[in-house]
Amino acid sequence: MDINWFKYSAPSTFYGLAGKLVPFFAIPAAVLFAIGMYIGFFVAPMDAVQGEAYRIIFIHVPASILSMFLYLIMAGYAALGLIFNTRLSSMMATALAPTGALFAFISLWTGALWGKPMWGAWWVWDARLTSELILLFLYFGFIALHASIDDPRRADRAAALLAIVGSVNVPIIYFSVKWWNTLHQGSTIKFTGTSMHIAMQQAMFVTLLACWMYAVAVTLVRVRSIILDRERTTQWVSELKEIA
Amino acid sequence: MSVAEFFNMGGYAFYVWGSYGVTLLVFIVEILMVNHKRKIALQQVRLMREAGEEL
Repeated sequence: MDINWFKYSAPSTFYGLAGKLVPFFAIPAAVLFAIGMYIGFFVAPMDAVQGEAYRIIFIHVPASILSMFLYLIMAGYAALGLIFNTRLSSMMATALAPTGALFAFISLWTGALWGKPMWGAWWVWDARLTSELILLFLYFGFIALHASIDDPRRADRAAALLAIVGSVNVPIIYFSVKWWNTLHQGSTIKFTGTSMHIAMQQAMFVTLLACWMYAVAVTLVRVRSIILDRERTTQWVSELKEIA
Repeated sequence: MSVAEFFNMGGYAFYVWGSYGVTLLVFIVEILMVNHKRKIALQQVRLMREAGEEL
């Protein structure tokens, strides 16, 4: 079979593909969120130590995972754009940044609301919390730097450099609970297994999947607008049927 | 478990619903924003084209 793998690396072809893909991510996202919340609130039992407050975990952990993965994916796209000079990669990086920042915010927000009843503090300057806050600032830095440079190709290159250098922070977040003595607890789910109740695992996993679907859907919608903005003067954009 | 008990979340209602409420709000705002951005982007293309036709 002869497949042209580079066909969709052109903004003009990817624009149409992305549009077709959106419902395939948006609809499962909504369904999976509903299932995840149902299991999380009605099937999963109460925690022996933390009572009902632990139910924050079903959004806190998926949001934190997404905030880190989206950063690495963003940095990866940015690096591709920097190395191969592919426009679409840089546009994808730009499209991912706001969603990643929002997941980092959700992680910190739900963490604060969980920390207050369990630790007695909304915030502590421990390694896990501080490095996640730095992640949020890295997203802000990427967005602000990109927005501050008029020429989009130069903005892509400058922001890519920031994204690549900043990606060193992601493993720091992940290993922070091992490397330092943190107030934040260690991983509940390890490679060696978990002590978590099966329904709790299911709720967390389904919500995580929902978050992924959601992130892909909004990123695809956003990247289409970015493509339109940056390809505004091209022939193919003016021939789009949604323009007329 | 009664409905009132459910919403009380064992006394942690503020923390649990505060987490999920704000998350839902973030998602709704983001969805509205990307849709708005698309509308603006399409409008810009139309304006550009109209300006081009007048020349």
